[in-house]
Amino acid sequence: MKTLTINGKSHSIEAQDDMPLLWAIRDIIGLTGTKYGCGVSQCGACSVLLDGQVIRSCSIPVTYAEGKEIVTIEGQSDTLNYLREAWVDGNVPQCGYCQSGQLIAATALLDSNANPTEEDINNAMSGNICRCGTYPRIKKAIYKAIELKNK
Amino acid sequence: MGAIQNMSRRNFVKVIGLASGGLVIGCQFVSDKNEIVRIDDGTTFTPNLFVQLKKDGTLILLASRSEMGQGVRTSLTSVIADEMDADWNFVTVAQATGDSKFGNQNTDGSRSIRTIFEPMRKMGATARAILISAAAKKWNIASSACKTENHYVINTTSNEKLFYGDLVTDAMKIEVPTEVSLKEKKDFNYIGKQLKSVDLTDFTHGTAVYGIDARLPNMKFAAIARCPSTFGTVKSVDKTATLEITGVEQVVELERVKRPFGMMGGVAVIASNTWAAFQGKNNLEIVWNKGSNGRYDSEKYMQKITNRVHNKAKVVPPTKGNITTAFKEASSVIEATYQMPHLAHAPMEVPNALAWVYDGKCEIWAPVQAPQATKTEVASYLGIDEEHITIHVTFLGGGFGRKSKPDFVVEAVALSKKMNVPVQVVWTREDDIQNAYYHTTSAQYLKGALDKNGTVTGWLHRTAFPSIVSTFKPMSDYGAGFEFGQGFNNNQFDIEHMRFENAKAEAHVRIGWLRSVCHIYHSFGINSFVDELAAKAGKDPLQFNLDLIGKDKIRKEKSPFPLNTKRLKNVLKTAAKKANWGKKLPEGHGIGLAVHYSFYTYVASIVEVSVKNNKLKVQQIHTAVDCGMVVNKDTVTNQLEGAAIFGMSVALHGKITAKDGAIEQSNFHDYQMTRMSETPNIDVTIIESDEAPTGIGEPGVPPIAPAIANAIFNATGKRYRTFPLSEHGLV
Ligand code: FES
Ligand code: FES
Repeated sequence: MKTLTINGKSHSIEAQDDMPLLWAIRDIIGLTGTKYGCGVSQCGACSVLLDGQVIRSCSIPVTYAEGKEIVTIEGQSDTLNYLREAWVDGNVPQCGYCQSGQLIAATALLDSNANPTEEDINNAMSGNICRCGTYPRIKKAIYKAIELKNK
Repeated sequence: MGAIQNMSRRNFVKVIGLASGGLVIGCQFVSDKNEIVRIDDGTTFTPNLFVQLKKDGTLILLASRSEMGQGVRTSLTSVIADEMDADWNFVTVAQATGDSKFGNQNTDGSRSIRTIFEPMRKMGATARAILISAAAKKWNIASSACKTENHYVINTTSNEKLFYGDLVTDAMKIEVPTEVSLKEKKDFNYIGKQLKSVDLTDFTHGTAVYGIDARLPNMKFAAIARCPSTFGTVKSVDKTATLEITGVEQVVELERVKRPFGMMGGVAVIASNTWAAFQGKNNLEIVWNKGSNGRYDSEKYMQKITNRVHNKAKVVPPTKGNITTAFKEASSVIEATYQMPHLAHAPMEVPNALAWVYDGKCEIWAPVQAPQATKTEVASYLGIDEEHITIHVTFLGGGFGRKSKPDFVVEAVALSKKMNVPVQVVWTREDDIQNAYYHTTSAQYLKGALDKNGTVTGWLHRTAFPSIVSTFKPMSDYGAGFEFGQGFNNNQFDIEHMRFENAKAEAHVRIGWLRSVCHIYHSFGINSFVDELAAKAGKDPLQFNLDLIGKDKIRKEKSPFPLNTKRLKNVLKTAAKKANWGKKLPEGHGIGLAVHYSFYTYVASIVEVSVKNNKLKVQQIHTAVDCGMVVNKDTVTNQLEGAAIFGMSVALHGKITAKDGAIEQSNFHDYQMTRMSETPNIDVTIIESDEAPTGIGEPGVPPIAPAIANAIFNATGKRYRTFPLSEHGLV
C-alpha cells in the first residue's frame, strides 16, 4: 500500500515500486489530465508539481512521490489560475493535449521567478513539445499571466 | 438581410420534435459535393446536423467533424449560431458519434468548412425563421415586423422582447419555412470574427477526454510488439520474462489483417495498467520473419530514386511546347536535385483505442479522424453489420493524417473480442515512430531554361516518391494523379515549354498522407528552384516570382475553385509588404520567400533567418493567406502559426530513416520537433475575401521549408537541397 497526496487529497493505492508516477496517477488513481507523450522525459506532457518543483512523472518512480505534495492539472493554485485565465484570453490551445504539461511547467516557472526574461521562459518551456505549434501563444499568455498576477 | 435562399427541397431542414425538453431541428446534406441533397419521399428523414434549443435557452449544436486542434467544433457551430442570432454564451457543442446519418465525417483534406458552410448557414437561418414565426404568432403580428438579436426575438413596433428559450414550445408547432434569408456579411456577429474555442475550460483543467483517457469498468490495457520491418511476421516468441511482470495477464498473438487500414499483427500484452503492458512488451523475446521489406535501406534507396530522376522517366501530362528545343535555344540552363526523407506524424497523443465487443455488438472510444472509415474497417473485421458498431469520437490529441488510418482501432477490437472484456490499446511513442504510415520520401530533379532577358522559357520537373496508392494496392510503383495534382504538374507558372515526368519508386513501408501531403516536397522543389533561377538571372526573387506567375487569370481546370493567379500574387505581395521586402538586413541575416496554392487556399511565407558560425536561427515568419471568407479569424491565425512551426520541424529536424527494414529513430530525442527556444516571431495576415471558404489546416505548411532554404541562401550564398537542415550541422 502506498499513499499519494494529489491536489490536497490523499490516495491509498497498490502499485509496483518502479511504476512511474504518471501511470499511477492515470491508470490507478484515474486522474487523466496528466498525459503520456514519450515516456522518456523528452516532451513534458506528463509534467506535475512535486513539492512545487516541476517533474516529468513518466520518469519518476511512484515511491519517490510518497510523502510529497503532488499538484496535477486538475489541481488549483493562484499562479495556475492566472495562467488559465491568460490561456483562455489568448485562445492558446489547438488540440489541447500538451497544454496540461505546458500549464504545469509555466506554473513552476512563475512560482520560482516572478518576472522571467524571454530567455528564462524559453529555458523553462523548451522541455515541453507542442506538435500543434502553439508556442507563440504560450509565450504571450505567460507574459499576460505575469501582468494579471502583478495587478 | 441578404438574398432569399430557396428552400424548395422541403425536407432539407425539419423540426424533429421535443427531445429532452427542447426544440430539435435537423438538416440533411451530402457534405462532399458542396450541395444540399434532399431526395426522400417525405416520410423518412435522417438529418446530419442538429440544433437543439432548450427552454432555459441553452443551445446545443452537434459537431459532426473530429476536433484535432483545428478548431472545427468552434467554427462549424459558430456558423449556425451566427445565422440564428444566438448568444454564444448559451452555446454548447456536442460531438456526434460516427454514423453515416451525419454525412461524411472524415476530417481530412482541409475540407470541413469548405463543404458544409452553406448548409450550416441555412440551418441556422431556418431555426431563426421558426423562432420569428412563433413570436409573431404570439404577438399576432407579421413576421416582417420582428427582428432578432442575441437570443431574443424583438417586436419592432412595440419593442417587446421574447427570449429564445421561452419560444421553444410554440416553435414546435411552426412549419419549416420554404425559404429563408441568409445574413449579409456586414451583419455577421461571429463569422469572420475572433471567436474563442468552446473547449477552453476543459483544455485548461485537464478535463477534455482524449481517446487515451477513455475508461470503462473492468477494462484491460494492451501494448503490442509489431515487426520492425513492414509486414514481417512472428517466427517465435518467448514470453517468460513478460509474464513475470506484475500486472501482466496474458500474451496474445495477432494476425495481420491485409487491408489498407487493417492491423499489422504482432504480439499483444494484456495487462491491468498501461505501464505493465509497456513493460511486458519490452520484455518479449521475439524472433521475426522480416519479410520482403526486411532489407529496406533508406539511404541506398534515396540514391536509387535520385538516379532515376536523373534519367528520362514516364511522361505526365500536360506537356507544353518542346522542352528539348527550349534547352537548345536557351541562353543559360540550370539544373538541381532536391531530396526529402520520410516523416512520421507524431501527434502528441499516440494512436490508441478502447473497444468493447459484446453480444454481437461493438462500442469504440477512440481519437479517430475518420469515424466512418473506422466503422467500415471494424465491420469487416468482425463480420457484423455497421449498425451494430458505435464509435464515440473523443478529442484528438493531434491527428495530422495519422488518425484517419484506423489500424489501431482494429487492434483494440481484435483483442476485446479475444478477451471478452473492454481493451484499450495504447501505442508507445516508439511504436508510433517505428510502425507508422510514413510521409513518403522523395527525389526531384528540375531543369530550367532562361533566355537572354532572364525569362524562364523551359521547365522540366521529374519527381519520384513511393505512392500512397501502394498502401491500397501493393506494387503501385508510380505516383497517382491526385499526388501529381498536389503542386507538381499543376504548378502556378505559365512557361512556354514545360514537361513533367515521374520515375518509378517502390514502397517498402506503409505510405500515408501527412498534413499537406505531396505539397510538402513539391513546394520545396519548385520554390527552391525558382529561387535558383532568379539568382541565375540576377533578379530579385519577389519580382521574378510575380513575373513567372504572370498575368491575372483564372486557370482553366476541372475544379470547384480554379487557381486564380491574381489571388496568388496578392498573398505574395501582401507578405512581402509585411516583411518589408528589400529592407536592409543585419549582418548574417537573409530573407527568403515561397508561395504555394493548396487545398484551394493561397499562402505565401517570407522568412528571415540568421546564420552565425554555421548555426541557423529562424528569426521571423510573415505569412499571408487567402482562404476565402473566413469563418473564425483566430482559428485561421492559430492554424497558420501552427503550420509554420510544423513546417520548421520538417525543414530543421524531420528525418525518418530505415536500415535493414527497421526505422532507426524511436522517440523525440532522435526525431526532433521544433521547440519554444527555436520559435520565431510569426505574423499572419488574412486577406479579406467574399469567396467561398477553403482549407486552413494544411495550406500553411508547404511554403515554410523552401522559404527557409531560400533565406539561408540569401544569407550565406549556400544552397541546401537536401532536408532536414540538421543533417548539415545548421541546427
Ligand atoms: S511523457 Fe514524460 S516527458 Fe514525455
Ligand atoms: S496543442 Fe496540440 S500538442 Fe499542443
